[in-house]
Amino acid sequence: MAAVAALLPLGYLVVRAWEGGGDTVWRVLWQERTLALAARSIGLAAAVALACLVLGVLGAWLVVRSDLPGRRVAGTLLVLPLAVPSYVAAFTWIAQWPSLSGFGGAFLVLTLVLFPYVLLPVAAALRSADPALEEVARSLGKSAPRTFMLVTLRHIRPAATAGALLVALYVLSDFGSVSLLRFDAFTMGIYTSYQGTFDRTPAAILGCVLVALALVLTAGERRARGAAAVASARGAARASAPVPLGKARIPALLGVVVLVVLSLGVPVYSLARWLLVGRSAGVDVPDLLAATWGTVTVSGLGTALTVVLAIPVGILAARYPGRLARGVELGSFAGHALPGITVGLALVFFGIRVAPELYQRTPMLAFAYAVLFLPLAVGAVRTAVTNAPPVLEEVSRSLGKGRLATQLLVTMPLAAPGVLAGAALVFLTCAKELPATLMLRPTGTDTLATELWSSTEIAAFAAAAPYAAVLLIVAAVPAVLLDQFLRRGGRQ
Amino acid sequence: MLFRHRVRVGALVAALVLPLAACGGDQAGADSLVIYSGRNEGLVGGLLDQLEDAVGMPVEVRYGGSAEMAAQLLEEGESTQADVFFSQDAGALGALSQAGRLAALPADVLDLVPEKYRAHDGTWVATSARARVVAYDPAQVAEADLPANADDVLDPKWRGKIGFAPTNASWQSFVTGLRVLRGDDGAREWLTAFAANDPQSYKNNGAVLDAIDSGQISLGLVNHYYWYERVAERGRDAVTTQLHFVSGNDPLALVNVAGAGVLAGNDSSDAAVSAVRFLLSEQAQRYYADTTAEYPVTPGVTSTEHDLPALSDVQSPDIDLSQLASLQETLAMLQEVGLT
Repeated sequence: MAAVAALLPLGYLVVRAWEGGGDTVWRVLWQERTLALAARSIGLAAAVALACLVLGVLGAWLVVRSDLPGRRVAGTLLVLPLAVPSYVAAFTWIAQWPSLSGFGGAFLVLTLVLFPYVLLPVAAALRSADPALEEVARSLGKSAPRTFMLVTLRHIRPAATAGALLVALYVLSDFGSVSLLRFDAFTMGIYTSYQGTFDRTPAAILGCVLVALALVLTAGERRARGAAAVASARGAARASAPVPLGKARIPALLGVVVLVVLSLGVPVYSLARWLLVGRSAGVDVPDLLAATWGTVTVSGLGTALTVVLAIPVGILAARYPGRLARGVELGSFAGHALPGITVGLALVFFGIRVAPELYQRTPMLAFAYAVLFLPLAVGAVRTAVTNAPPVLEEVSRSLGKGRLATQLLVTMPLAAPGVLAGAALVFLTCAKELPATLMLRPTGTDTLATELWSSTEIAAFAAAAPYAAVLLIVAAVPAVLLDQFLRRGGRQ
Repeated sequence: MLFRHRVRVGALVAALVLPLAACGGDQAGADSLVIYSGRNEGLVGGLLDQLEDAVGMPVEVRYGGSAEMAAQLLEEGESTQADVFFSQDAGALGALSQAGRLAALPADVLDLVPEKYRAHDGTWVATSARARVVAYDPAQVAEADLPANADDVLDPKWRGKIGFAPTNASWQSFVTGLRVLRGDDGAREWLTAFAANDPQSYKNNGAVLDAIDSGQISLGLVNHYYWYERVAERGRDAVTTQLHFVSGNDPLALVNVAGAGVLAGNDSSDAAVSAVRFLLSEQAQRYYADTTAEYPVTPGVTSTEHDLPALSDVQSPDIDLSQLASLQETLAMLQEVGLT
């Protein structure tokens, strides 16, 4: 089932891409514009991933390891940008600075919404790290910065690269914010094909290119994670002493404040202003409640399905790494690199042919979320299971429990906090999803994201503001839970 | 510890699954009319709510973007549950018609609108229209100085003073209209001269109007209803910008349409045709004129809310409206002259 979910969009793309024959494939691919767009998108993805790595690692270190004033509050605030949909961030930035556009604009906005993807796992890794290793390095005469470079950085490398991979894939698949910011990205080519000429073949061919890019990135990340993941030792869990920042305290605090203001303050300020200036203001409470309920139910079911599908893949990847596990895990990243419209159309194509009675019903939308967001959950499950000591499973097996019973009774409870953290991440991402939701939701069901889209399309920003605000809150709840789970996970 | 985790997982799973088990709903089928609306719920929801009485059966409306819905309808093929497609522009209807997905409408429906506002093969009909206009700041521009045609906009006196929204579909269909009217070479020539006149680009039509309201620029190339929308949202006194309608066989006088068609092989054909007829009824036409400030397309209906000039007075150029999609060639040309 997980493999089907992972491979479905690929199947669709291949069917549509080959419709035009090899000539068409070649003609679409070998265009200056296609190559230029690909180069631009890769450039943006690399720049944003790099910036997120720097911000995420620094931020995580400051809130976990340093004596930064108010680091607990800062830790939560720095996770909250996850709740801001990137198209909302783009909208609100443009509302304040209309001239913001192009590479710089896209880089700024995407970095500000995506850095928590790196910060969260790195903070978790820092919390779980055995301080003894760093203490040994210090006692052997290494300075604090050198210890950070030699020991700490090596320990957090797998978490950081996994986060950076998600960032890069997100940038590649994003259309909403890059189009608002007028950055000509690769997804623009895909949308132009749908919107301008209504021709699905070039769109599918370009989609294949995006999948290929995603596979290269994923394989590269695996290599970067590689040896480091094995080498990270886990010793006795205890809190490490906070590193005094000394003279750097004030600048560090200022930096964190600026980051919070830019990533959270700007969207919140814009929403508040929309509410105040527009005449379309006035909250339709029943509609708002219905949309909130819609978001909670479809995202809830989508999350449940995604996590259920991710658990076997994650366990396989962690405990029995073989070709199948690697294939499915790799394949699941394909869905994540594609724009929502393409995954949506793939499900329309297969759904109406294979399961017409489920078409445009909640279960099929939940399945679409699983296709899109499986990697988020697989990563969380894999990490959680890897960190659960295998020795406990061996004890269980030696006491006569079967493999399945052991997984259910021993591995899953140990991995539960990590899995729930993954579920929280999937939930908030589902809540923000728009294109596939528009295509596959049951007729008449509205979600916060669809209502927000509907109002902003006709420039009724004041009417849009309450939906955006509730969406922020609905997505912020799992973001905070996620943060709490990871904090607790670190102390075990 | 283990027990606590298990309880937490169990509670979470139950919380997720239980409400969903109660979810469900009726399958859309032969006993209801399914409309795919690429037009926004905030614009036409009030009108489509009245549709049930007109067609005599339950109506289900799905909202989305016109282009995405056209792609979805093409992907659904003959299995689609949609009976009617209500589109924001003629391009999406043209694409479905070309793929053989639209059924011919009866003559009595087609004859409700002038010939230029329906498909040549009778598969779709325009339901309302929107005009390209020149918005201007009356404090900076005297009425006598307003451009009378597209070429007047190229005058050096407007250098750096004209606003436009390069990524907006309305601008792209204007450029396609320019290409249809003047040929690719003529269009490229105009666009190159326009680009050389240092036009100011904005993210959308609203931002163009903002810039005129605040006096940053003098002229803006926009669609007429953005101005009416703005007046409705902010009040007439808060909007200083005025509109200027160009007429004649000129791209600046372009009129684009929203329209509707009936899906081929649908299961409620009579009701579907009734729905299209309803969209052309006096009640519906008045709704567009009063609520969305669009032009009615059937003769004799005027707005009681907005001060709209009659559509028959806007002498729009005579072109095939389904060609007005934001075609790839248009985007390529805009890229080429650097207007993106």
